[in-house]
Amino acid sequence: MGSHGIKDQVAIVGMGCTEFGEHFDRSIEDMIIEAAHAAYDSAGIEQDDVDAFWFGTLGSGTSGLTISKPLKIDYKPVTRVENMCATGSEAFRNAAYAVASGAFDMVVAIGAEKLKDNGMSGLVGAQLPDDGTKTNITAPASFSLLAPAYGEKYGVDRDTMKEVMTRIAWKNHFNGARNPRAQFQKEVSTETICNAPLVAGDLGIFDCSGVSDGAAAAVLVRAEDAHKYCDNPLYVKALAFTSGPGAGPLDSDYDYTTFNEVSRCAQDAYEQAGVTDPRAEIAMAEVHDCFTPTELVLMEDLQFSKRGEGWEDVLAATFDLDGELPVNPDGGLKSFGHPIGASGLRMLFECWLQLRKEAPEDRQILSVDKGKTLAMTHNLGGRPGECVSFAAIVGSELG
Amino acid sequence: MTRGIIGYGAHVPYYRLQRSAIGAALGAGGGKGTRAVASYDEDATSMSVEAARAALRSFDAPTPAAVYFTSSTPPYLDKTNANAIHAALNYPSDVTAVDMAGSIRSTVGAVTAALHDRRPVLVTAADVRTGRPGSSDEAQLGDAGAAVMIGSDDDAPVIAEWIGSASATREFLDRWRAPGWNYSRVWEERFGESVYKPLVAEVATKIFKDTELSAADVDKVVVSGLHARSVRSAAGAAGVGAAPMAEDLTQAIGMTGSAHSLLALANVLDTAQPHETIMLITLADGCDVSIFQTTDAIADYTAANPVAAQIAEGNDGLDYATFLTWRGFLDREPPRRPDPIPPAGPPSERNVEWKFALIGSRDRSTGAVHLPPQRVSVKGGAVDDMEMVPMADVEATVATYTIDRLAFSPSPPTIAVVIDFDGGGRFTSELTDADPDDVAIGLRVRMTFRNTLTADGVQNYFWKATPIR
Repeated sequence: MGSHGIKDQVAIVGMGCTEFGEHFDRSIEDMIIEAAHAAYDSAGIEQDDVDAFWFGTLGSGTSGLTISKPLKIDYKPVTRVENMCATGSEAFRNAAYAVASGAFDMVVAIGAEKLKDNGMSGLVGAQLPDDGTKTNITAPASFSLLAPAYGEKYGVDRDTMKEVMTRIAWKNHFNGARNPRAQFQKEVSTETICNAPLVAGDLGIFDCSGVSDGAAAAVLVRAEDAHKYCDNPLYVKALAFTSGPGAGPLDSDYDYTTFNEVSRCAQDAYEQAGVTDPRAEIAMAEVHDCFTPTELVLMEDLQFSKRGEGWEDVLAATFDLDGELPVNPDGGLKSFGHPIGASGLRMLFECWLQLRKEAPEDRQILSVDKGKTLAMTHNLGGRPGECVSFAAIVGSELG
Repeated sequence: MTRGIIGYGAHVPYYRLQRSAIGAALGAGGGKGTRAVASYDEDATSMSVEAARAALRSFDAPTPAAVYFTSSTPPYLDKTNANAIHAALNYPSDVTAVDMAGSIRSTVGAVTAALHDRRPVLVTAADVRTGRPGSSDEAQLGDAGAAVMIGSDDDAPVIAEWIGSASATREFLDRWRAPGWNYSRVWEERFGESVYKPLVAEVATKIFKDTELSAADVDKVVVSGLHARSVRSAAGAAGVGAAPMAEDLTQAIGMTGSAHSLLALANVLDTAQPHETIMLITLADGCDVSIFQTTDAIADYTAANPVAAQIAEGNDGLDYATFLTWRGFLDREPPRRPDPIPPAGPPSERNVEWKFALIGSRDRSTGAVHLPPQRVSVKGGAVDDMEMVPMADVEATVATYTIDRLAFSPSPPTIAVVIDFDGGGRFTSELTDADPDDVAIGLRVRMTFRNTLTADGVQNYFWKATPIR
């Protein structure tokens, strides 16, 4: 028994990603077609070259038919997956395993979500019939629970916590302003962020990720075949996933300053990839900044910061675009937007651009030029204390 | 065998409306003092549960043979409201649960039935009284719950012995409300008084004859009724005008309908000495009088939450617009969020001990407490090695919290708290009867039974945390 990973067995040879945003003019089918064909074109392939598909969506469709009908897929296997906000990553993970197993030569992972057709504020999840005893608490409210708990544990006063959260939102808006695919391509001043109307706890509207529509896709082949399609592929170094007992809401030992699922998942990923000093070895990370306190806590769970020091690193610009370890250089969920099923693949798309030096000039990170070849993506779904977590490491070099 | 009251309790909601706020908004009406206001998440059933819990915390209560719920504002028709009370108190299935609902006089009926029984019987009474904006009812009535357990000495010590009762009934048009109306209509006040007055005299004469007591023996008179003019004249009509009148509580909380006679009686019992003779007069489509005498046992009875204390801790900062919104007289714009969905029947029934009585499970090997109950322990993973553990009366401490301004609520914003129970067990709960400024890490809370939402006519009963004040 053991988690062995599939380091260097699978390569990404093409990717596509739509603009994210309020696409009142585009259907889920339109976005799937756009992302899939962008990925095919990127890899220089035709749809008929693909042997199997993995499709992730939280709720914008059911079954493989959601993509096979609009794409007119020629009777190939399509697996539809769902794992909350890690859905897009889950499609990619299972697609990669299928290639590594030898079952297929070439597969495509597609993630897509259409959130803006329901007319509601925020996310709307499907609710199963239940006994009516679950506390009615929205996503921003449940993630805002992190802020007072973190402040209390590490002696960070409320104003400083607000400053840290604001700094994270400011950074992700700064990065998104340099991303033509982002939902919010605009820098926002810290004053505006800090004084915005409150949504939940101390979270203002700028502390929350964008609700948006979008799709992204990746073409995967065995690593030894990668150069048939691509001069500079990315290699899968690690794929980790955890789904825990949901102990947080049950167990008083959980203190709302960490995601146990993320810590375990990240450690597994680092072991698979052979990374021992993530902060030093990784060129950039795309992390699940659904709300600003989430990104703060993730800096510690992903071992980028020591426990209780993440807030200081944030304020020290460590994770800025030109910082020691750029985090969410594409603007993150915050600024790029969060079409659930697409987000995991969108994160990989940024790794694809950055490690291959194809990001827009004003967004291209400098760490790649310093010889760093690894990038990380991280996704979580659920809420503090009861979530699923995904972590991937990809690299531009074998070995 | 001595029969009478073996226990009692009351629930006065936390919020008060200053009557002057009505006049300030409408330009007329209102008056002096305050009225008690059921929170947006309270109804007659939930307040009955809270009143019964206050009673059950006050003495070593037997399991009753029956629960009678009385209200003129029952949350359900067709469906028996008393079942939710039965479930919240975790009574076994052989305890009967019955509603006596619709009119104010139902409370008299329930108490009379209990007194004539031989078994312990729990009577709960509660009302959420509404009136059209600017009406006398809106200002003068109030919301509350009360509970008494009637029994005999072998059930628990009788603290107020039942000496006797008398009743007079006459058909006349005084006050009425069609099903579905949220306000009542009344006939000219002097007409009602002309009917009530002789009925009061009739029952007074009868009870003194039956009990061989005289007006001079009465130490305290409790008069309750929605007909204010007749209530004021009742003691005189009964010939007990010289006896001390019990506090009628209306200045502070209003006349609380079905609950009021028992609430006023509870307030008297809170401070009563042994061997006091209490005359309870209820005016509601007739006149009913009962006489109780406190026993030596009342000296040992300590009400867990006395009426006066609940009245004193009320918050009179409720604004009139919020009051109107809570009672459905002001239809406010909801957030752009999906409509709440009602709880489903099968899971509510499967989880009835959890949902209604807040019973969790405790891992026998590690002691870990689980809310809701789990089959597999979060500590150590033992499977199906759990015992049930009641948590409703366990206090807790806030571990972290948030103010949710996006969630649907009849009274936004929602306050959500992660709480750790004394002795183990964690739950994420709503914090009710609190303002955002009240909440902090370390805040001490207790659990209270509430109606968390109404959807498709289904009342979703569950527990919330509330600050210990």
